[in-house]
Amino acid sequence: MVGVTWRRFSRHRMAVISLGLVTLLALLSALAPWLSRYDPDKPQLSTQLQPPSGKHLLGTDDLGRDLLTRILFGGRISMSIGVLAMLLAVVIGTTVGAVAGYYGGWADNLLMRLTDLMLSIPSLFLLILMTLLLRTFPVPVLRGGVLAIVLAIAFLSWMTVARLVRAAFLSLKEGVFVEAARALGAGNARIIVRHVLPGAASPIIVAATLRVASSIITESGLSYLGFGVQLPTPTWGNMLRNAQDQMIVAPWTAIFPGVFIFFAVIAINYVGDGLRDALDPRHVR
Amino acid sequence: MAAYTGRRLLQAIPLLVLISLLVFVLLHLIPGGPMAAYGNNPNMTAADFARLEHDLGLDAPVHVQYLRWLGALLRGDWGYSLASKRPVLVEIGDRLPNTIYLLSISLAVTLGIAIPIGILSAVRQYSVLDHAVTTVAFAGQSVPIFWFGLMLIIVFHVVLRNPISGAPLAPGGGMYTLGEPFSLLDRLHHLILPVSMLAVVGTATYTRYMRASMLEVIGQDYIRTAHAKGMPARRVLWHHAFRNAAIPVVTILALEVPVLFNGAVFTETIFSWPGMGRLFIESAFRYDYALLMAIILIGATLTIVSNLLADIAYAYLDPRIHYG
Repeated sequence: MVGVTWRRFSRHRMAVISLGLVTLLALLSALAPWLSRYDPDKPQLSTQLQPPSGKHLLGTDDLGRDLLTRILFGGRISMSIGVLAMLLAVVIGTTVGAVAGYYGGWADNLLMRLTDLMLSIPSLFLLILMTLLLRTFPVPVLRGGVLAIVLAIAFLSWMTVARLVRAAFLSLKEGVFVEAARALGAGNARIIVRHVLPGAASPIIVAATLRVASSIITESGLSYLGFGVQLPTPTWGNMLRNAQDQMIVAPWTAIFPGVFIFFAVIAINYVGDGLRDALDPRHVR
Repeated sequence: MAAYTGRRLLQAIPLLVLISLLVFVLLHLIPGGPMAAYGNNPNMTAADFARLEHDLGLDAPVHVQYLRWLGALLRGDWGYSLASKRPVLVEIGDRLPNTIYLLSISLAVTLGIAIPIGILSAVRQYSVLDHAVTTVAFAGQSVPIFWFGLMLIIVFHVVLRNPISGAPLAPGGGMYTLGEPFSLLDRLHHLILPVSMLAVVGTATYTRYMRASMLEVIGQDYIRTAHAKGMPARRVLWHHAFRNAAIPVVTILALEVPVLFNGAVFTETIFSWPGMGRLFIESAFRYDYALLMAIILIGATLTIVSNLLADIAYAYLDPRIHYG
């Protein structure tokens, strides 16, 4: 199964290149403390707003910090938020979708109306409210309010997964194998998890991959507006917070963090695209 | 059809009530609020505090406060902004038209570009043009919209200059030049960058949808039949294929309304556009409850109404669909 999937995936050239790029970005970020000799947070007033040079490959920011170092450290936070928010959103979405699709009836009705409700509120508005609220519960686990952002993004992005899983469950639960499992005495919970869910794995995997990309975009947008991870913790989004004020004198501070967001997001999207081709034989591009 | 429309309208009401309840509860959980401004005032005694709280009705249980607020809302009393002390409806009335103005022009530009390109790309599937279009659209969907806006400013406001006057090629913010009399040219000039920012990202989305929808239709039997009858290709394309391919795009258009609002928040913030998106951000920083509440409700109402219109349009455009 894995072999076949990989063979199909590897036919998608952009997806393979992208997978390499994502891996590289993740490694560079993870190894940031060992790769860079600069401190990502400590202001260095003697080197304010220097253009890119041999010493500072991508230049320095308004507090004289090496931009590349901050981008790599920011990558740790931004990509972690992307992955964590995706995981949580997939867990919530899969649970909601599975229960709604499997049981049907009033449970389905209730959960789907809830999904509609969440989709009817412009998400950025609700996201900002959630971060204001979550910020007031100081959880010292992760610095800069990272956990709050993860929760907020996940709470507002499970709906597409829920609809997808529900649709898959609606058709899969009619399968003979479900009847067979029930005849053998399997309970509902066991049927859902062991028999039906594996059948819905392909669309979930694809949706999950794309969710990482959109969570990274959402985090960067929130942090850019000032409602995301709090400074001085660098993320790709909040590094752009003051960019507009210094864009004229130091355009590199505005350009490079966005370039990293863009490449991370497009690469993850291509990986998702490749996975869709590999996992769904009916899908033709 | 009328019965269907009526039923859908009735279904929208409980949804709106639920949204208002949800947002009301959320806002009540957030600290700050109307009394926060007095918290550190040394001239206020505890008794003053309690009296003010009572006068403002903030000592009542939450559900009573909600019902009072909802009742006032229905009577057209939306409360006052804590920051400006002006009525919420006046504040919104100042800002909403600017947002609608920006969004509708952007949407028109977006569809004006995306529909023809999407069709062309589908008709010439796997051609060089098609590959270029799908690649660019894929990239466009991966760009963080606010960063794209910043890049537009760098390129068209900072770097590129009018070769004769040396002035920036396009204004970097605002709706019009302050202190000058109304001029249509000036207004259009100020629209260039914000509209480009919204349209480029939007075009990427709609081109993909239009292309996918068109490809689906082109593969249908009735298109082959039309060709087989000897109908001119152009007529098949417009009369048979496009009409059917446009239907799903109409639905997506409605579902994308919340995305439009998200775009407005960033565009208005970056280009100092006096619209509702920027008002929301300003109000969020000030914990201006009444305004936040009103903006979310208006956003949700517009979303629900547009979903409703899409469903009705769908039923109208596609005679295969029958609603009981």
